[in-house]
Amino acid sequence: MSAKPEINADDMVNIEINGVPMQAAKGSMIIHAADDANIYIPRFCYHKKLPIAANCRMCLVEVEGVPKPLPACATPVMDGMKVLTSSDFAKKAQQGVMEFLLINHPLDCPICDQGGECELQDIAMGYGRSVSRFAEKKRIVKDKNIGPLIATEMTRCIHCTRCIRTIELVGGDKELGGMGRGTKTLIGTYIERSVNSEMSGNVIDVCPVGALTAKPSRFAARAWEMRSTAGVAGHDCIGSNINTHIRNKEVVRVVPAENEKINEVWISDRDRYAYEGLNSDSRLTAPMIKVNGEWVETDWNTALEEVVEGMRANKDNLAGLMSPNVTTEEAFLMQKLLRDMGATSVDHRIGQQDFSDDGQAPLASSLGSSVEALESLDAALLIGSNIRHDQPIASHRLRKAADNGAKVMLLNSIDFDINFPIAEFIITHPDAFAADLAAMVKVALEQNSSATPDGLGALINDVIVTDVHRDIVANLTSANNSSVIIGAQAMALADLSVIRSLAGLLATLTNAQFGYLSRGANSIGASLAGAVPYAGVGGKAVSAGRNAKEMFDSPAAAYMLMNVEPEHDCIDPVQATSALKAADFVVCLTPFASDVMRDYADVLLPTAPYSETSGTFVNAAGTWQRFSANCAPLGETRPAWKVLRVLGNLLDLNGYDYLSSEEVRAEVARDTGQLKLDNTQDWQCPASLGGASGIVRITDLPIYAVDNVVRRADALQQTVHAVSETIAMNQATADKLGVSGAIRVVVAQHDDEISGELCIDARIADDCVLVSSGTVLSSGLGVPYQTITVTKD
Amino acid sequence: MQTVNDVLSESVRKEIEHWLTKFPADRRESAVIPALTAAQEQNGGWLTEEIMNAVAEYIGMPRVSVYEVATFYSMFDREPCGRHKINVCTNICCMLMGSDSVVEYIENKLGIKQGETTADGKFTMKIEEECLAACGGGPMMVVDGHYYEKLTPEKIDTILDGLD
Repeated sequence: MSAKPEINADDMVNIEINGVPMQAAKGSMIIHAADDANIYIPRFCYHKKLPIAANCRMCLVEVEGVPKPLPACATPVMDGMKVLTSSDFAKKAQQGVMEFLLINHPLDCPICDQGGECELQDIAMGYGRSVSRFAEKKRIVKDKNIGPLIATEMTRCIHCTRCIRTIELVGGDKELGGMGRGTKTLIGTYIERSVNSEMSGNVIDVCPVGALTAKPSRFAARAWEMRSTAGVAGHDCIGSNINTHIRNKEVVRVVPAENEKINEVWISDRDRYAYEGLNSDSRLTAPMIKVNGEWVETDWNTALEEVVEGMRANKDNLAGLMSPNVTTEEAFLMQKLLRDMGATSVDHRIGQQDFSDDGQAPLASSLGSSVEALESLDAALLIGSNIRHDQPIASHRLRKAADNGAKVMLLNSIDFDINFPIAEFIITHPDAFAADLAAMVKVALEQNSSATPDGLGALINDVIVTDVHRDIVANLTSANNSSVIIGAQAMALADLSVIRSLAGLLATLTNAQFGYLSRGANSIGASLAGAVPYAGVGGKAVSAGRNAKEMFDSPAAAYMLMNVEPEHDCIDPVQATSALKAADFVVCLTPFASDVMRDYADVLLPTAPYSETSGTFVNAAGTWQRFSANCAPLGETRPAWKVLRVLGNLLDLNGYDYLSSEEVRAEVARDTGQLKLDNTQDWQCPASLGGASGIVRITDLPIYAVDNVVRRADALQQTVHAVSETIAMNQATADKLGVSGAIRVVVAQHDDEISGELCIDARIADDCVLVSSGTVLSSGLGVPYQTITVTKD
Repeated sequence: MQTVNDVLSESVRKEIEHWLTKFPADRRESAVIPALTAAQEQNGGWLTEEIMNAVAEYIGMPRVSVYEVATFYSMFDREPCGRHKINVCTNICCMLMGSDSVVEYIENKLGIKQGETTADGKFTMKIEEECLAACGGGPMMVVDGHYYEKLTPEKIDTILDGLD
């Protein structure tokens, strides 16, 4: 059975619930009509987002003319139906069910983590009898270890099966099941193993009892001790809405906030558990300056004076880098400050190496549709995307589309584990992406016999077209609603500009939308705010400067870094760290301090992570989502927008008198108001399609290594998706390189060398060697997607 | 690594194929009960994790769903058991007709309790069997799939002694 059906006006029936006449859609259930009319019927197994199971029987109601009570969640409405949800008859039925449910449930709420926010507790109070007649022994069930994220206390389980259905629906794999029968029924995995879905934490929210609770925050606080504050998740470009629960100025846990347009009622495990990073020991709590090579804590005034001095002394050669996870306000103020000082080099595109189409490509790379619209696609081609790990919520939306028959297609270098049917896929060497896209363009051009764009003819003449290319184009063309999407992994490609041109052309030719699922929480906001070297706020013309890669290739004398850890985040960690070490002055605005940072920096300013500052994230769909601080900043930490504003004043610059981040936002909004997010670009013929260039080092952005907060979230780092410090390739490549059977191998790229454990991974394309970014290994290597040599250690 | 073909014999696979033809192509999991039955028989009366995984893979359904079926039905065993399985109905009608003394008699005769297997590996007495739909003939038992009704000690002796 499906969830709530679509409502058509001509398909309504008249019913009455508790004497209130109303209309309900034919085929919908009594509980749908009651919920719409705000008449509450107690329930455990029913959940508006899940398939109907009708196994808890808590929602029994009386229907006039029917001799027995009926479950409201599984009884379709019928014309003239008269329902009574709280008649003596219905109440007696509900009390009976409640008494049965409590037969085996322990009555020790004070020692249960769910106590105080428990549906069973609430419903037992509201709809149960005051006394139980059951005097026999209760059963106990052994707890299971299902991983570092979810704590189990299975004796408390009432077998509503919401978790089973959630994992199947949202997680995509049936990882949980109901074993045994009758009074011996157990919910579990049968064979002890962890639940590995990247959306697994959602079972905690749907569990109506204390059987499944969040392991990291277990017994940390009672529901009434916490203050719930609204926020926006800051780890991917979807911008899931969250509620952050605070106790004693500390984030205790994060749960989803309902937003039908974005995350429905779900969030990814990354958004749920990343908060642990916010409470990590490596938080910087006071401004620090380096005096004669020694770090000393100091007050804000002294530290800011240092910064003013350092920046003034180097104002002719100043560069600024920030992560794509900064708020729009922070990005705006930082680029404004640097540009007001005469600097031109400012960027947030830390994971990109090909900037050759700056100015021609769209200023902000958006999805080109709403997040919600992903589920109504009929066909989609994803280029360089591990969507399940990059943007779990987008993956969930796309999976719904695929389940409805949408043809989802992939062009990747790694055969990522995708949990929905894939219609066509190409797993190939990254240097072949352009040729594959060109082949698709060739097919599309033949099909609709449109004129070949300038210069393209010569390029596509020789490309080899296969049936897969033809099928991909046919699927895109025949679909009413299709999209070509460049993923977060593709942003690091060496020929991004070529991929972008060809993908855009393919979308135009096949009448598909063209969009991006880019890296970080706020790359669109940062771009709009002017945190790119070729444009100011709202795309305003500026004198061009060096981009995120060039500012280290030809080093600046002084750097301002915001919320970024170059050794992990930058496209060329080696170049970045050596340039920073050589620089005359480096100031870091950062919530965290690391040893590497202490090595190259001169001043460390503790700035607030997203939970401690107000700000705005602009998601992939272009939605501006403003949030307030969830709690007070830790120690001497200050919101970065305030720090930048004060710096502006101290540097005697004009226009830094903002009283709130709201004022900063208003200025950005004013300057970008006329700008429409549009991914179309003028045709620029690529110089060449490249071609196989031998053994290359490829990279991916592991789900729990994407940013400085996630990397410090302990529980996430204990999951199977934690970063793996290996050098991976498939068997054929290992044989070709003569390293098959070796335990450790050495990867050399130019002058850099790393040594690591060899991992044979059949998912990787031929001639590719994977060293994931965000790892210790990758910080010893230069730019990815370049030729390397591999030898036995 | 073992493949499905290593785990499931050719005759089992043939049997599964036979049952798959009886259901619509998009309802392959409907064949899971006969598939598990055939696989269990091949393995001497019980299912290993490996066999259940192989059945899941062969049919193309989630492993967990196969475990759910195998743990739900009492005719599937997941521990080694004897050559002959004795299921004595102890549900209400049979109980009123004296199934308790039938259970006691067999337990004494074989020297095992319900849920146990004789030392020679000949008999397994299944634990607490529910109604087997022969209420008119209680007390009753099912041995290796055959129904025996209106049991008396003599009748039980004849049945069990007649097995090798």
